[in-house]
Amino acid sequence: MSTLTATPPGEVPPGDPADALPRPRVVTARHSRQDVVFVNGVRVVGFLVLAIVGSIGVFLGIQAKPTLSHYGLRFFTEQRWLPSEDIVGMAAVFVGTVEVAVTALVMAFPLAFFSALFITDWAPAWLRPVLIRAVDMMAAVPSIIFGLWVLFVVQPHATRVAHWISTYVGWIPVFKVHTDVHYPIWNQSPGYASYEGSAFVAAIAVAMMVFPMATSVMREVFGEAPVGEKEAALALGATRWSMVRTVVIPFGRSGIIGGTMLALGRALGETISVLLIISQAFQVKPNILESGTSTISALIATDYKEATPTQLSALLTCGFVLFLMTLLVNTIAARIVARGRSGAGTEI
Amino acid sequence: MTALQPVASAVEDVVPAPALDEAPLLTRSSTREDRLTLVGAAVGSLAMTWVLYERLLPFSGSIGFVVGWYVVFMAFYAGLTALCSPAEGRPWPVVADRLMSTLVCAAPAIVGLALLSMVATTVAKGMDALVHANFYSTDMSGVSPSSPYTAGGIAHAMVGTLIEVAIAIAITLPLGVTTAVYMAEVGGRGARVVRTVVEAMTALPSIVAGLFIYSTLIVRVHFPSSGFAAALALSVMGLPIMARASDVVLRVVPGGLREASYALGAGRLQTVWRVVLPTARPGLATALILGVARMVGETSPLILTTGASTFMNKDPFHNPMNSLPLFIYNAVGSGEPGFETRGYAAATVLLAIVLCLFLFARFIARPRKASR
Repeated sequence: MSTLTATPPGEVPPGDPADALPRPRVVTARHSRQDVVFVNGVRVVGFLVLAIVGSIGVFLGIQAKPTLSHYGLRFFTEQRWLPSEDIVGMAAVFVGTVEVAVTALVMAFPLAFFSALFITDWAPAWLRPVLIRAVDMMAAVPSIIFGLWVLFVVQPHATRVAHWISTYVGWIPVFKVHTDVHYPIWNQSPGYASYEGSAFVAAIAVAMMVFPMATSVMREVFGEAPVGEKEAALALGATRWSMVRTVVIPFGRSGIIGGTMLALGRALGETISVLLIISQAFQVKPNILESGTSTISALIATDYKEATPTQLSALLTCGFVLFLMTLLVNTIAARIVARGRSGAGTEI
Repeated sequence: MTALQPVASAVEDVVPAPALDEAPLLTRSSTREDRLTLVGAAVGSLAMTWVLYERLLPFSGSIGFVVGWYVVFMAFYAGLTALCSPAEGRPWPVVADRLMSTLVCAAPAIVGLALLSMVATTVAKGMDALVHANFYSTDMSGVSPSSPYTAGGIAHAMVGTLIEVAIAIAITLPLGVTTAVYMAEVGGRGARVVRTVVEAMTALPSIVAGLFIYSTLIVRVHFPSSGFAAALALSVMGLPIMARASDVVLRVVPGGLREASYALGAGRLQTVWRVVLPTARPGLATALILGVARMVGETSPLILTTGASTFMNKDPFHNPMNSLPLFIYNAVGSGEPGFETRGYAAATVLLAIVLCLFLFARFIARPRKASR
């Protein structure tokens, strides 16, 4: 492409020593009419898409104004969401969103990390492409199917695990459940919290959703680890794990962090599987095993219909905050992944 | 053109695969001692876990048993390895290697089992409804949720999904690919702005895309909630994804090919149309089909933008239109066992559709031997 860019004659760098040397040749290009039409047509479409896509972000941002003028800054500190009394606030859903996403990541990260290592360094060569395809395919599985599976297959087991954890390590605040742990799971005394529909169970579904993304980013970076250094480590007598620890993991650090953050961005916006599983409760609570939580996306899906115009703009503001969170996380992740890549290798 | 084909079979295939270079590393085979250590640790830990878990400790449950077995197995395996290692050597590197190997092998196994369990339960729970031919050919109009499976089906949902996704593809595909061509081939400052904004908008959660269409189109313009609104919501979600995926594919087309094309006297349109797009074709197809697969399975924007109908509706502009994800969501939320089974059957169909799209993408992206 560089051969065609027209360089105006004035831009040839002046300079005393350069005067003696032959000047760089000025390349000019005359575009044919079809090229001019093509370039401008493509440019128009590009800016059209920019306008469409950018206007969504601007529209969401503008909605913050009526929300703030109606509810004030209390909107960000209010836990309750009571549309009938016009008391709405996003503190609880914000905390719930972060809780579900981070719990999901805590589950997905070791699975994704070790699976990526298995694909690049443990699996036999014939198995490798099969596993890569399988992970790619898992990324395309609709989230509602993961939600169904967790709701009906995993939840009965997960509540038992949650019960066990809260019984034995309930003294850690995160794992505490405000109930009598000596009651059986299926027979909680009325008024006490149960173990179903908690952030923990929802996070299992979200972890399954974000696993493929994290795995494929890590796998790609691990696969680019310099073969010569790996062989050198093995030749010096390193075991496979020593080789991975000293060569592959330091090389792939950007991919590990970046892939995890991309997965976090996806986990924050996950809607339908969370909506299926959680029992909604608008309350800031640090107890992930206890029934009842809420996320921004689940809130939007349940409350959009009965919302008054101001409440609708409040929902849109929640959506905007969610978008900003994912945007921030994705941008940082993209930076980290891009910094780790060499960028060479695609040119002939 | 033959020489160019392997260059861009898909995004991941462009990255030089280390498989061939690594092969010599994997030639070491395990000795009998290695295998016996593994088997011994497995059997010993199973027995130990059974005694501890079932007889001595106050726990029960299958998950706890498996987790306990795994922990005891790790301990046994480490101990046995340390015992078997030569006396003068330090056993720790080998022990660490074996322990990490068990972890590394366990992770994909857990995920694989979870996937198997997911597919198996979905198919098994929907089997009662899946075996009836009317499930694929009729709609649910006049059929109560508790009716026997010989009446009613999901034809309306399948047609709805087809129409909505087709409209969304018709909007996003041309716009997305053209934008990608602008970002990757035309370049310049404007293209950088477009790329920044498009990449930022790929972070837009699908539910927010649905809420955007709901609050603008349906609440303000009073457009009826319909298949077209759903398709627009899918497009809003899918357009940045499509554009970005195509951009990534186009950018890995080697610059040397473009320069060769220009050197032969081709213009920009000719270069893009005759060189860049054909080279990127398989990768482009893969990226776009995966984008479509994501749209097919997306549920949350549909909840907001189209009501679930029970009848066949082929008109995307009026009346609610059902779709597969929405049908599943409503069926599972109904609490009626027979209807839930239909939901699982619909989930199986959805899974099959996504799988077919994926296989189709692989089929298109396969390296072609014959030249065109």
